[in-house]
Amino acid sequence: MPELGPYAGEVLSAYAVAFGLLGALVIVSLWKSARVRRALDEIEARREPRRNG
Amino acid sequence: MRTSSAILPWVARLAILSLAVGLIWGFFFTPDDYRQGSTVKIIYLHVPSATMAINIWAMMLVTSLIWVVRRHHVSVLAAKAAAPIGATMTLIALATGAIWGQPMWGSWWEWDPRLTAFLILFLFYLGYMALWAAIDNPDAAADLTSILCLVGSVFAVISRYAINFWNQGLHQGASLSLDAEENISDVFWQPLVISLVGFGLLFVTLLLIRTRTEIRARRLMALKQRERLG
Repeated sequence: MPELGPYAGEVLSAYAVAFGLLGALVIVSLWKSARVRRALDEIEARREPRRNG
Repeated sequence: MRTSSAILPWVARLAILSLAVGLIWGFFFTPDDYRQGSTVKIIYLHVPSATMAINIWAMMLVTSLIWVVRRHHVSVLAAKAAAPIGATMTLIALATGAIWGQPMWGSWWEWDPRLTAFLILFLFYLGYMALWAAIDNPDAAADLTSILCLVGSVFAVISRYAINFWNQGLHQGASLSLDAEENISDVFWQPLVISLVGFGLLFVTLLLIRTRTEIRARRLMALKQRERLG
């Protein structure tokens, strides 16, 4: 850990805020992607027998 | 979709690599500034996020114009997918700027031209996302959000050039410049450029993921409507 001196709180909190927001954005993007993909797979699987039949 | 699924893992890996190199280099291996002390380490987050906030709006403007002129659905879905990323980047720039400003200026916030323009840009991002969420008809939502994007572009330009328009306010000039004399010192510049590349690649990665999600969601909506009609 580098010596951050009297501004350690400011520097560390800036990094914590940025990583927190970026992490949340990545997690939400991946979660929404998985949820939509699952729903699409389900509906396409339901339609498949109808199309073949 | 096939092209994006082929390039996505590579862009994601490059984004993680360049972010790791840029931020670790900047945080652990650069000296303190003689005036700003260790707060200069905030630059590796603040400048890339602020740059991306403006550039993402510019990208949304281009894709929205493509929608308006050519009615190309993927282009407007890319703009919709980019908005939450842009809003997050703007929020990071505002938050890290406030945290940096407090010890340097003695204030978390000042109604400085650049700061104010950035706050308005953030509100435009929120408005853009709210408008998409408020309108059920996707084509009408695309039309109205494209117009909003056009209006908001004025503030994106002001955010970038406010410091040149009004020679006042607390915010310093650009940290990166093509003019070597105006640039920050090499010791800070090198990791900063790598962080900038990392933020850019992270944006491309998230944009690909989110645009693919929007395309799938559009297909899902169409299939559900078809099912309902029997």
